[in-house]
Amino acid sequence: MSDAFLSLENLTLAYGDTVAVKDLDLTIAQGELVAFLGPSGCGKTTTMRAIAGLLNPKAGQIRLDGIDITRVAANKRAVGLVFQSYALFPHLNVFENVAFGLRLRGMSGKALETKVEAGLASVGLSEFAGRRPAALSGGQQQRVALARSMVMEPKLLLLDEPLSNLDARLRLEMRTELQRVQKASGVTMIFVTHDQMEALALADRIVVMLNGEIEQIGTPEDIYNHPKSAFVADFVGFENVFALEDGKLKTDKGPIALSAPAPDVAGLAWRPGMVTLGTGPFEGSVRGTSFAGSTREYLLDTPLGAIKAEADAALALHDLGALVKFDLPVDKAVQLQRFG
Amino acid sequence: MNPRFFTPVVLGLVLLFLIGPFVIIVAASLSAGETLAFPPQGLSLRWVFKVFEVESFRASFGVSLFLAIGGTLTALVLGVPAAYALSRYKVPFGETVRTIVSSPIIVPGIIVGLALLRYLVVPFQFGILPALFLAHTALILPYAVRVVSASLGNLRSDIEEAAVLLGTSRPGAFFRVVLPNIRGGVLAAFILGFVTSFNQVPVSLFLSGPGVRTLPIDMLGYMEITYDPSVAALSALLAFMSMGIVFLAERFLGFSRYV
Repeated sequence: MSDAFLSLENLTLAYGDTVAVKDLDLTIAQGELVAFLGPSGCGKTTTMRAIAGLLNPKAGQIRLDGIDITRVAANKRAVGLVFQSYALFPHLNVFENVAFGLRLRGMSGKALETKVEAGLASVGLSEFAGRRPAALSGGQQQRVALARSMVMEPKLLLLDEPLSNLDARLRLEMRTELQRVQKASGVTMIFVTHDQMEALALADRIVVMLNGEIEQIGTPEDIYNHPKSAFVADFVGFENVFALEDGKLKTDKGPIALSAPAPDVAGLAWRPGMVTLGTGPFEGSVRGTSFAGSTREYLLDTPLGAIKAEADAALALHDLGALVKFDLPVDKAVQLQRFG
Repeated sequence: MNPRFFTPVVLGLVLLFLIGPFVIIVAASLSAGETLAFPPQGLSLRWVFKVFEVESFRASFGVSLFLAIGGTLTALVLGVPAAYALSRYKVPFGETVRTIVSSPIIVPGIIVGLALLRYLVVPFQFGILPALFLAHTALILPYAVRVVSASLGNLRSDIEEAAVLLGTSRPGAFFRVVLPNIRGGVLAAFILGFVTSFNQVPVSLFLSGPGVRTLPIDMLGYMEITYDPSVAALSALLAFMSMGIVFLAERFLGFSRYV
């Protein structure tokens, strides 16, 4: 990509002898909001720490805004980081927390005051300037942490699990807040999360990571509708994921043919809603059902293994233990390039 | 026995055991008589004033104060970085260091005193005051490391990284965000070290020499010659001083959180 603002080239990261990230290549454009998505231990936080300069790469290069920053000290990178635990300074009040970095730059007096107040106003915390962090709620602490990083006008802002410590209501509020701050300032933002819904809702682009490598990069729509591997499919809610072997589904009970010829790919995946219930060549018994508003979810015991299906809640209920016909339609299935 | 009566009785006995000696000392120091006695013969403050007239008490009080303040400060200068390194980094032989650092708490003071005398003062012609200073610093160091470690343990380490990303250096982060947040622990360590050093007897006993004695050793020496209530008066004054320090520390720092 020619408009690369941040680029990671052959980045290898390790803690001692344990390699956490292998040969990672990634470019991010200016003003993008990117999510690093993956389960814990996938290397997403490690990558973020390396970009911030808190971890020295074993190999590879990090370039930001045209400059090689691989060997630049963390305090000279112009990269901001909002920690998962917020990491506010407990001995300083909200104003001084936000002023911390500006004071280090030699700012003082009226200029400092104006800047800090603007920062606090932008996250709606003006009236809390005199409070200690301990006297704030988690959501408020996080907004202080955000303001503290943003007043430094970083080239790049990193956020570690920004929503994980908040309750459901605050989560939505903070999500909107982050999007607003990002659009208003135009800052390039990367956030790390293990929550696919969070990544899908917030990011312009998602980098799915697994075992220290990039599994797939794409827009939220891409990732959600066209997962390329079994892992990504499973991660974004394809509950029925099968490997293919000689055109047949690989199951615990041996290969099973589908209702139509299968394409030549590594595997196929269906969301519960893509499973046809009521007709089809397969049959399973209902092990469990649960009401989910407009739809009803079924868990079926079948020769293929456990299948999760979904039907309109208005349709007649299949009783527990009842035998139900179903199909895994090949034309609706998502084709997986990699399996495992 | 009925626990309703048993509990207060045991509690009373324990309190008597703990506070009794102190009451006796204070009472004896207020005696108007010529010898140390309990119950006191008459009431007077003459022995309390006498304490301030004894030349050697004044000198040894100075020595004790110097050792307590100087030794504690030195122990903190060594102990705070040690505690920091032990709590933040994987120090090679960290466990061993921890054990060694706490050994003066385990090893009886009398052995430490003898060892320092036999292997430091005698062979190297070490001066008495430097030897005392060294011994007191070594005695306080474990308290410094432990108390400061405890308050470092309560401090998240990511605030240092946050400070670095906001533009300061690693050492800058230590002085700007770590030190201010463990101030209470450092002060608690100072007070604990001060009191420990000031009341130290066994180590000082071996290392005190002609002309240089700590106050407790001087009191022992005084009692061998003179058996008047001024020693009781001095003891009472020292006890009140310690209590005052701990009271103020508790009042302003919540001292008991750290010890």
